Amino acid sequence: MRVSLFIPCFVDQLAPRVGLAAAQVIRGLGHEVEFREAQTCCGQPSFNAGHWQVARESALRALDVFRGAEAVVGPSASCVAMMRKFYPEVLAGHPRLEEARELGARTFEFGEFLVRRLGVTDVGARLEGVATYHDGCHGLRELGLRAEARALLGAVRGLRLVEAAEGETCCGFGGLFSVKYPMISTAMAQVKCEALARTGADLVVSSDPSCLLQIGGYLSREGKAVRTVHLAEVLAAR
Amino acid sequence: MSRPLRRFLHDATVASADAPQRDFLRKALGGYYASRDTQKARYRDWEHARDAAALAKWEAVGDLGRHLADFTARFESNGGKVHWARDAAEARSIILGICREAGARAIIKSKCMTTEEIHLNDALEAEGYGVVESDLGEFIQQLRKEPPFHFVFPCMHLRREVISDLFTRHLGSAATDSPEELTMIARRHLRQLYVDADVGISGANFLVAETGQVSITENEGNARLTCALPRVHIALAGIEKVVARLDDLSVLLPMLATAGAGQPMTCYNTLYAGPRAPGEADGPEAFHVVLLDNRRTALLADPEQRDSLHCIRCGACLNVCPIFKNIGGLAYGTTYQGPIGSVLTPHLRGLKNWNHLSGASSLCGACTEACPVRIDLHHHLLRNRRNAVRAHGGAVDRVFHRLLGWVFAHPRVFALGGSLFRRTLPLLRRLPLPYLRPWLRSRDLPAPPARSFREQWKDVQP
Repeated sequence: MRVSLFIPCFVDQLAPRVGLAAAQVIRGLGHEVEFREAQTCCGQPSFNAGHWQVARESALRALDVFRGAEAVVGPSASCVAMMRKFYPEVLAGHPRLEEARELGARTFEFGEFLVRRLGVTDVGARLEGVATYHDGCHGLRELGLRAEARALLGAVRGLRLVEAAEGETCCGFGGLFSVKYPMISTAMAQVKCEALARTGADLVVSSDPSCLLQIGGYLSREGKAVRTVHLAEVLAAR
Repeated sequence: MSRPLRRFLHDATVASADAPQRDFLRKALGGYYASRDTQKARYRDWEHARDAAALAKWEAVGDLGRHLADFTARFESNGGKVHWARDAAEARSIILGICREAGARAIIKSKCMTTEEIHLNDALEAEGYGVVESDLGEFIQQLRKEPPFHFVFPCMHLRREVISDLFTRHLGSAATDSPEELTMIARRHLRQLYVDADVGISGANFLVAETGQVSITENEGNARLTCALPRVHIALAGIEKVVARLDDLSVLLPMLATAGAGQPMTCYNTLYAGPRAPGEADGPEAFHVVLLDNRRTALLADPEQRDSLHCIRCGACLNVCPIFKNIGGLAYGTTYQGPIGSVLTPHLRGLKNWNHLSGASSLCGACTEACPVRIDLHHHLLRNRRNAVRAHGGAVDRVFHRLLGWVFAHPRVFALGGSLFRRTLPLLRRLPLPYLRPWLRSRDLPAPPARSFREQWKDVQP
């Protein structure tokens, strides 16, 4: 299969290793991977801020960028939720609405793609350590993903997976919410990170780089030694 | 900046820094999660029950006019009287009129958030009536002169010692740490007040169109006394409280109890069909129902968010909301707290001054997942945000997003901007920049990579 990578804007600029790891894992399974350079941002920041006109333009651009792609795979549940669930919302009544629905149907979150589309759980990864998985809210509630990442992590040699309390509680990122209401966002990060730290895990894994930005940023500020990594990075480890 | 927003920022800042209170709330709700899950497991299919409950409310609200007319005709044929109030002022004046006509002096109330919505107690007290809340939580909040903290659990934020001190101060009781004794102190104080009251005021959980009955749900028995002992009874209800059939309660009553409080059923579920009938031993001589619009019909006219009128005020969305758990109920500054409050308040009190509540959410969706009548809560927050930008958007905000959109429409500009951002970050972090500064106050940013993904991609081609 020829997979078209969808690299969220902030992953492109701040966490390129996540995109590279995702490409490596998919290639390792014998598939072709391409990156279409015209892509930028899915439009979620403006959508969440109420500027749907701006988000609509991003959606229309994405339809052009990913036209004809067999499968679009993004290592960010949040951005994939934007494309699958909210593009149809911002394009309601637009002549390209059907096209948006059709793009949503062939766009996958990274772990979802491996497990549901390819039917793979063991990608041959090896990583020594204890990990806990953080469900991003968009993956959990907009895309209905929960078992996929756990199945993938469960197959990683040397890795022990432990569940944290407050498992389905939001980390408090929420995009611009994190900087418009930083006091609430930080209180939420504290609740989440304390529960993650209590597991004794040395790795916090997530499918959402934005949650990792929040959790990693808070843990680092609090001087905690716990490392945050994306699912793709764990699966790329050998 | 609007006054409600300024107040919200202040109160949310104070509350979110109050670690003991946040821990206390989380612990209190921990018990609720356990019992809620136990009760949910007793349903053959909770998700199917949610569908049934949502359908019942969808049917009721979808033909609201007919159901309200049916309710009115049947309730009045049973001897009751229905009043229609366009807004809060009209509702207050109707209720004051009834109290005046009844020659009332003392009024006893059972729990009713709609009376909070119209600020009824202030209006009654201003006219010289003595008003006493009989629900234990509401009674405590009334003594504290503080609005309810949670619309189902009004004083869930208070420790027992605080309540004991309050009772000692106001009622002269001895200090105690026993919840039962605290309840008995309030009960002894309230007993005579039911007998002395001329008018009882309650809310309504459901109005049954088929039978013309008012359904009231409670745990303490205080609403039954409020409805049975005074000469005159007034029930104030939002127009959305109507359901089509008596049978709808067979799903709505247990779901209200389970979703909201983790109970199989609330302790007392009573249906009132009107005033005391000839030969009956108790009940009021006159029974009034005041139906309140207060901008609900405007919400009814909004096809996107109409389902927020399906709310049965169970409180489940508050109980699971991380925002509520971290700022508490008082910081909202609204009658209805939590997610449903953030959805409804902009409709009831104006988007311009209350849209910030829709913004103060990480959109995690825990509320929508918990709602027993499947209101699309967190997506309505997004719709409120969109409507606010359309109606009252600020110029700076608009320019910022236009610019963002322009950058994202030009991949080269985006790549250049990203590169510039990464290179200048050490400098930027020292400047008082919006968004960056608030982030850095409590969180680090990872060291930016030297090269972006798109720069590195060429290197990894097979």
